[in-house]
Parts: sequence; structure tokens; C-alpha cells
Amino acid sequence: MGAQKKSGARVSEEADELVRVPLQAILLADSFTTKFRPITLERPKVLLPLVNVPMINYTLTWLESAGVEEVFVFCCSHSKQVINYLHNSDWLSQPNFTVSTIESQNSVSAGDALRVVYERNVIHGDFVLISGDTVSNMSLTQALLEHKERKKKDSNAVMTMVIKRSKPNPAIHQSRLGTDELFMAIDPNTKQLLYYEDRADQSKGTLHLDKSLLVDNPSLSLHHDKQDCYIDICSPEVLSLFTDNFDYQHLRRHFVKGLLLDDIMGYKIFVHEIHSDYAARIDNFRSYDTVSKDIIHRWTYPLVPDVMNFGNSVTKLERQGIYRASEISQSQSAVIGPCTVIGSGTKIGNNTKISNSVIGEGCKIGSNVIIEGCYIWDNISIEDGCKLQHAIVCDGVIIKSGAVLEPGVILSFKVVVGPEFVVPPYSKVSLFQQPIEEDSDEELEYADSTSVIGSQMETSDVEIASQVLETHFSPASELGMGGAGHVWLTCEGGHEEEWRHSVAPIPKDKILEAIKIMEDDLELTHDDSFFPPSGELKPNSNDSDDDDHEDSRDDSYYFEKEVEATFLRAVHENIQESHLILEINSLKLSYNKLTADCAGAVFYAMMKYALDTPHSSADSLLQNVQVVFTKWKKVLTSYLTDIDEQIEIILKFEEMCSESAKEYATLFTRILHYFYNEDVVEEDAILSWEDEKKDADEADKVFVKQAQHLIQWLKEASEEDDDDQE
Amino acid sequence: MDFQVVVLGGGVSKKLLPLVSQELPNALLPVANRPVLSYVLEYLELSNLKDLIVVVEGEEVALHVGAWISGAYADRLHVEVAAVPEDVGTAGAIRAISHHLTAKDILVVSGDLVTDVPLGAVAATHRRHDAVVTAMLCAAPVSGPSESVSSGGKDKTKKPGRYDLIGLDPTKQFLVHIATGAEVEKDLRIQKSMLPAVGQIEIRADLMDAHLYAFKRSVLQEVLDRKSAFHSLKHDVLPYLVRSQLKSEVVLSGMPQAEENRTEKVTSQSNQQMLSQILANASEPTFHLQHSLGPYGSISDQRIHKCCVYIAGSSKYCTRLNSIQAYNDINRDVIGEASHLSGYSYSAQNNVIHPSAELGAKTTIGPHCMLGEGSQMGDKCSVKRSVIGRHCRIGANVKVVNSVVMNHVTIGDSCSIQGSVICSNVQLQERAVLKDCQIGAGFVVAAGSECKGEVLAKK
Repeated sequence: MGAQKKSGARVSEEADELVRVPLQAILLADSFTTKFRPITLERPKVLLPLVNVPMINYTLTWLESAGVEEVFVFCCSHSKQVINYLHNSDWLSQPNFTVSTIESQNSVSAGDALRVVYERNVIHGDFVLISGDTVSNMSLTQALLEHKERKKKDSNAVMTMVIKRSKPNPAIHQSRLGTDELFMAIDPNTKQLLYYEDRADQSKGTLHLDKSLLVDNPSLSLHHDKQDCYIDICSPEVLSLFTDNFDYQHLRRHFVKGLLLDDIMGYKIFVHEIHSDYAARIDNFRSYDTVSKDIIHRWTYPLVPDVMNFGNSVTKLERQGIYRASEISQSQSAVIGPCTVIGSGTKIGNNTKISNSVIGEGCKIGSNVIIEGCYIWDNISIEDGCKLQHAIVCDGVIIKSGAVLEPGVILSFKVVVGPEFVVPPYSKVSLFQQPIEEDSDEELEYADSTSVIGSQMETSDVEIASQVLETHFSPASELGMGGAGHVWLTCEGGHEEEWRHSVAPIPKDKILEAIKIMEDDLELTHDDSFFPPSGELKPNSNDSDDDDHEDSRDDSYYFEKEVEATFLRAVHENIQESHLILEINSLKLSYNKLTADCAGAVFYAMMKYALDTPHSSADSLLQNVQVVFTKWKKVLTSYLTDIDEQIEIILKFEEMCSESAKEYATLFTRILHYFYNEDVVEEDAILSWEDEKKDADEADKVFVKQAQHLIQWLKEASEEDDDDQE
Repeated sequence: MDFQVVVLGGGVSKKLLPLVSQELPNALLPVANRPVLSYVLEYLELSNLKDLIVVVEGEEVALHVGAWISGAYADRLHVEVAAVPEDVGTAGAIRAISHHLTAKDILVVSGDLVTDVPLGAVAATHRRHDAVVTAMLCAAPVSGPSESVSSGGKDKTKKPGRYDLIGLDPTKQFLVHIATGAEVEKDLRIQKSMLPAVGQIEIRADLMDAHLYAFKRSVLQEVLDRKSAFHSLKHDVLPYLVRSQLKSEVVLSGMPQAEENRTEKVTSQSNQQMLSQILANASEPTFHLQHSLGPYGSISDQRIHKCCVYIAGSSKYCTRLNSIQAYNDINRDVIGEASHLSGYSYSAQNNVIHPSAELGAKTTIGPHCMLGEGSQMGDKCSVKRSVIGRHCRIGANVKVVNSVVMNHVTIGDSCSIQGSVICSNVQLQERAVLKDCQIGAGFVVAAGSECKGEVLAKK
């Protein structure tokens, strides 16, 4: 029996193996950012040539070689272009490697994309999540194995992130890929990711880790020397997590951080570090430059120009890292320097010097041209005597004779640079007008980046073409005589940071500047006031107390403001009382306030409104108050459940009279009496208010004295009541 | 080793009340019937360090400690006992005896340390890196103190097993972050400037600062002079040195050659310096050096100093007697698993019974027990994992488990003692039952009383 059972179990295990779904991958053919603008206005990022091969080919080639059997390409902006490209390529007809596309027009983030994929219900097992701009040659086997092992032991291990060692420059706080420095905390034994911070606040000298991290983990390593490769191995739960948390947008900022902070569900993320393999994502122009150089230097083998043959011509590797395609016509006197790629059908004129650059197909380069560190795409004509340094030049650009491109220039499609024109450093030039300056808010960054412009582009091509024609003929263009294109303004304050993400190497002076800042920082950290002189941490704890006070004060202030705004809206839009109460209740919860605070705030808002309503005399002011209270009394009384709250509003009223709304000062007793009549405040509240004020300063007693008459009357009345009862 | 040694004997610690008193200060608290200070002194003697300065708090304590040392070690060690005022802290203690310090390096040992970690290795680490301070780290005790803390003293909610947070560089040779005392319970704050320089910091909560430091004398004295507010070596001086290692404020005598020809910012020069550093240290260029060379090979005018660590192997014993829980643990360990520390020879039953002790009929003394000179036990007694001092009189049918009984204690018939500490001259009348109690010296426990988790002492 036992033996049979055993074998039965084995069979089912094998059956599990048999029904094992093929390894799937989701390839996001949209980066949901605007970093490659203006180029990405016309062509999706994944189709931009990287060393003369569209980026998506690198990603697909790697997925195929890594053993992925089914890829879903998620297209969003310029989706037609991506789909057409894939249809015309060989990718859709590979054996053992199916590529299918998922199109969505209204996704504005990776989170949306994954939600769409989830709805399609096409992912059945573990999958690789990758963006279409990733270049890698790593082997997935080990990482997959680790992921599956962990998953077997702990069903909460939903994701494995691939990381790689890469030390960012300490002075300028960014890696060689131009990405921000990344702080990660990893459990050295289990490789669990515990903390992830990619947009650390530079101004603070210290990094804060929550103490709870160390309670659970006796040791953890804090890494600053790792780079996120943006290759994730995910369990199917990841997709449903995105669906459950509909506010997750960004893969790292929202999803990863969300999971790390959420200790209820207990989902865990692990890391897999690669050592000798290559993996990098092209996030910005600097990483475009870096990755291109890595490809030319063959770090990405076998993803190098002479091995990757897409389409037509054969590229040959010569000495000093020079790659030449076929049918190049090159003048005898032209000098091709090291680490340069030249595409097929390109013509190079006399005495032209090219080094560390990539030249695409069918370009015409004149005589006496100097090209250094540039990325020249296809069908570009560069006339005689031009000088190009560290620039990206897109398809169809014409650079007239004698023009100069300073470092960091981006020329988008079909731009024409006039003769002898000098394009200033870091300018971005496009035939399109720069979209209207939007708030650089994150949400908008996603929103405007893709669908809106993208679809607009495709639908109104004709219109734009006519616009383009117009600019063509404007004689005094922004780009010199006969030039065509608009120089984009860098966003506010962005110019300073332009060098960070540019293709051009970082200028020396910036580095020196940064080093100086770094040293100053060190100095600052050594300020003893920052660290308490004694281990007792007394001064520090005082500090934090002060902070708390400040916070709570700010909090109350904002709370009052919010309540006031809500109340005014209710008045103007004639919202029902019950709805207003509901809204104030939600404010109360979100600010964590007491009912008394609400009463005070609502009262303040009402009195303020009465005061702001036009009035000629004290009497009309009193009338205003009466009008407001007749209408909205119910809102206030719903917070006056207790005598304490009533006292609170009397105190509040007193405060208003003496500070913010002195006009009420003379009316104090009358209004108080009115409140009493209207049952807003009860007799007990007024009496205990008086009681509370007994020991106060003379200055504080002004209003008590003013109300003495009323109080006296109340006391007598109550005595009479008592008498009556007896 | 031309190290000068300072033993910080402490005074009368509040955390150890009611076990300690003016007559029996921390340093003289018996561990397996020997003052705890003797473990440190013999530990130092093993490394051939015989010239010692023992600093204690208070004149009276100094008298007692001095008397004991001169009696026990007169012919073996040259010990100078110095008294400092109470509450000056460890930093204050060193400040007070600063004029006695002359050697290049100073070894500062806490008097309550019980360890067998090779001191030579710590000293070698210190010398090899030319460090300004080398701290010995050991594994934090696993059996967490229930009601006590390692330091700070105010925070009673501390979770077991967490004493210090220690940040190490990837080679585990350098100390790049330390949080002690009350800071441990706060959120971790790491200097941003440090992390890029090191690249990777390993934060360990399972290590503890053993309070054994090797300091460079010039640096230690300068820091103490300059920062008069510094009170404690562990909480102030060490974290300060760790924080400032990339931007040293202390003038280092004979530190990097880079200091002298700083003006020449030639790459070849810096390469040579790097080479000489490598040869001198016989190790990889450390992050300090890489940092000081700057990201582009030029020597930025940075002053650096190094804070090293020596991490005790897991097989070594290393504990500090700084709480009542630790006192119980150490006593148990010294007669148990770390028995080589006690210096006694064990019988076949794995226990130590003084020949002059008398045992009644059917009385059993289990393994890992100790019975001191001249003690008498009645019939049918049972002793397990406990230490019993000298000249105790124990009646019949008494059970002693996991406890420490000091000298001249009288225990009546049918008493039961578990997990407790009974100080000298205590009298337990018959049928007293004690569990997890501490009984101060000279206290009389009434017959038949039952106590659990109490502290009893004379007013």
C-alpha cells in the first residue's frame, strides 16, 4: 500500500511537471516616461536604434535565448508602429518562441499595463517582467530556480529582482547609467529585499531605516553599490496584486515599496545578483550612451553588432573595435577612429574624422567633418565642415555646411540645421512644438507621456505635416537660415541638471563642484548638534517632541482650513447638511481629530462665514449669525454631543473675539444668549466655562465679565427651577 | 606588546543591586567563588600584560579592590589602583588618569568582562591597520536578559538579544556605524556620506560591543581633551570616532603619508602612495584610502582615520557581567560549558566540591555545580547547576537549582531555591521557597515564606 501511495504521489508530481506552463514574459514596449522626448513624440522608445538595431530586438533576442517561450508585448504609445514593426520582422514566425501583442490605448503606467494583461488572463505561471529597452545576456536558469525554490517554501515570495554591482559616483549621486543612486537593504542570508529607496533625499545627511526592520532580522546589508536591472521574475500573484491595488502605477515606487511597507499580506521580494553577466536598462540618454559603448566593447556578447544580424547587411569587426557594414564608400583621406560603428550604404567624404560614434545606414557625410561620440541614425546628410560632439541625430536630419553641434544636443527626426549655425549644448530640437508646460507632477508625467500625444499624433498626421511645412519655409528659423525645428526649452530649473542625463560626458567642473559639495556635507554631518553629545540622546528626544508639537499644530491649522473650505463649498453649492456632516466626518478621521475639534472648526467656519457676509452694523452682523445658524445649526449640533464640546466652542468664540474676529467682541453676550436660546449651548456649559475662567488672568476674563449678566440670570433661573421642583 | 592597559573596574552599579554594596563592589562580585575582576586580570596576564591600571569609582571601593588585588596578585602583577569620583563615566575615568598614559596604544578593558578571546589578535588587528581604535565585538548573548539592559540603563523595554547596532564594511574589518544605548531602539540612521564611500554596509544586531578597546593614545587623549562633554567611551567616544573617520578632526601622528605631500596631486604619486599603503598594511586598499584618493584618482585633501573591529569567533566565550541576568548566566556558564575559564579542576561528576565540604546522607550534587570550602549540607539535599560559596550551612532536604549562593549563608531545612541569587550572610529559615529572587546581604527570610521574582534586601 505504502509503496503504491508513494508512486502515486510521484506520478502526480510528474504530472505537475508535465502540465507546467511554458515560461512566459511580459515585455512593456512603453517606458511610461518622457525622458526620451522629443524623439519619442514620433517613434516609440523601443524602436529607437541602439547601435543600429532597434532596442526591442535586444530584449526579444535575450528572452529567446534565456528560454522564454511565450512573450506578450504590451504596446501603448505608438502601438501601431510597434505592431507593424513586429509584423514585418521575423519575430512572429519563430519556432518555439511565440510573440503576441497586447494593445491598449489608455494605459498611462506600468501598473495600468499589468492590469490590462491580468484582464486578458493569458499569464498562467511565473513570468519575466521586462521593459522593451533592456539589454542583457544573463542566464535566467539560476534565478528562476531560486525563485521557484523559494516559492515552494513560502508562497509569499512573489518576485525576484535582478540586481548587479555598480558603484555610483559618490559625488554626483548617480550611476554610470545616469540613474539615481539606489539604497537597498537586503538580508544577506535569505536575499530578501527589505528596503528600496531610489529617490533618496540628497539634502538629508542620514538614511533612515525603520527600527522594525532590525527586530526581525539580526543582520542586514545596506547596499549602495547595486544597480537595479529592471528584470523581474514574478509569480502570477503580482498581476492580481496590481489589480487589487489600483493605485499602483510605478513598478518600483509604488509596487515594490508598497509590498515592502505592507506587513499585513506579508508578500516578500527577493533579489538575485548577477556578477559576470550584463544587464542594463536604457532609462535616459546617458544610459543610451553607456549601453551603446558597452555593446561596442562587447560586454553584451552575443548581443554585439557582428553577431546580431537583423535584416540585410553583414557587419564585420575590425581592429580597435571598428564595425563596418557592407557597401560603405569612404574617402581615402577619411579617418575612422576606434570604437565606431558604420552602417551600410554610408558615404564618408575627404578628411573627415569619426571616432567613438555610431553611424547608421545610408548617411551622407561630407568632407572635413568631425564627429566624436555621436549617435547618427539613418539617412542623415551632414554637409562639409560640420563639427558634431556627443549628439544624437535622428533619421532624416540635414545638417548644413559648417554647422556645429555642441555636446548633449538631441536632433529629432527631419530637423534641418542651417549653415554655420551653432546648436547650443544640451538643446533638444524637434519639428514639433514643445507641448505646453505641464506640472511636473508624477501623475501627469505618466498621463501626458503616452496616449494623449501619441494618439493625437497618429490621428492628425496630416495636420502636423502641414504645420511642418510651414516651419520649413519660415526663413528666420530658430536653427539658422533654412533651418527647420523648434528648440525645446528645458523645464524650469531643469537646465542645471541637464548634464546629468545627457549623452555628453559629465563636464569636469560639475564633478569638482559636486565633490566640493560632498565634502561640505561631510563637514555638516560632523556638526555635534546633529548627533547628541551623549549617548543618552536627551537633546534629540526633545527635538522630536518639538517636532511633534509643530506637526500637531500644523495639523490642526490645516484641519480647520479644510473644514472651513468644505463648509463654504456646502454653502455655495447648496449641499445637504447630512452630506456636509459626512464630509467633515471623513476629514475628522483623516486628520485624526476629536469631536471637540470638529465642533470648534465647524463653529469657526460658520462664524467666519457670517462675518464675511456683508453687513453694515453690529445688528446686521448679529442677523447674519442668526441666518447662518438657522440654516446650518444641525451640522454644528451633530458635533455637540457633550458638554465639553460646548465649552470648546465657547472658548473658540472667545478666542475669535479677542483675536481673529474682533467685530464680534461687542456682541459676545448677545450671541451667546442667542446660542443659549437656540440650544446650541446649554446652561451647564456656560456655567462651567465661567468656572474654568475663575482662576484665569484678568485679561482672559474680559468676556466672562461681559457675560456676567447672562450668567447671573442663568444662575437665578436655575435656582428658580430648583425651587419649582421642590 | 607595548600596550598600556586600563581596567575599568566600575563602582557600585545600580543595575546589580542588591548583589553589590560598598563592601562588595562590582569588581569583587564572585563568579564561581572568585571575584569577577580576577577573570580579567588573569586574562591579561595570559597575554603577558602585567602592568595594569585599575580604575574604580569612589575611594572606599578603591580600598577594597586594592586590598584584594594586593593580597591575591602581589607577586604576579604590577597593579595600580586609581580612584575617580563617581559618575564621571568611562570617558571621565580615562580623563582622570590621562597623565599616567604614555604608551603608543592603550588597551581599555571593562572589569566585568569574562572572555577567552585571544587578546593578541585584537592587538594585531589594531596595529596592522594603524587604527585609531579597535573594538572587540562578540555575539550578543542568546539567552536574553529579561529585565536588564547592557547599557543606558533607562530603557527597560529592550528586546532580548539587541544591544548594539553595528555597521561593518564588506570585509568585516572596519567599523562604519555604531548605535548604542538608547539609540538602538530608534530608527536606524546611517550617514549618507559613509555609504557611498563603503558601498555596502552590513548592519548587525546580533553582535555586541564587548567593551574591550585598543585606542591610539594620542587620539584618545585629544578627543577627551577637546570634547569635555563626552561621558562614556562606548556611547560618546567610539561613535564619534566612527562618524568622523572620513573627515578626521584629530591630528594623527604618523598617519598617512598622504598628509605630508598633499600638495602634489599627481596621479603617479598617488599610485605610489597607494602601493606603499598596500605594502604597509599587507591588505587590500581599504575604502578609506579609495575615498581619500577621490573618485578620479586625485588626492582630495581629506583626513581619514580607521576604526577597526575584531570579531570574536563563535566558539569563544565573551560576556559582560552588567546585569543580574548576566550574573546568573555567567555563573552557570563558567561552571558549565565555559568551565576552562574558572581555573578549577573538575571531578569525574563534572563538578567542583571542595575537600573540606561536608555532605549529608543521600545528598546529591549534580554536574556543573560548585561547593565552596567548609560548607556543610544536610541529608537528602539536591543541587543542580548551582554555585554554593564558602562556609555555608545548609539543612536537610534542601533543593538548589540554577542558583548562586554566596558565602556564609544559612539555609534551613526543606528550603527550595530556584534561579535565585543569595548573597553572603543571608539566613533562610526553614521551608522558604524562592524562585527567581535576589536576596541582599544579611537578609533574613522568614520560615515558610514563598517568593517569586522578588528582590529582598535590608533597608
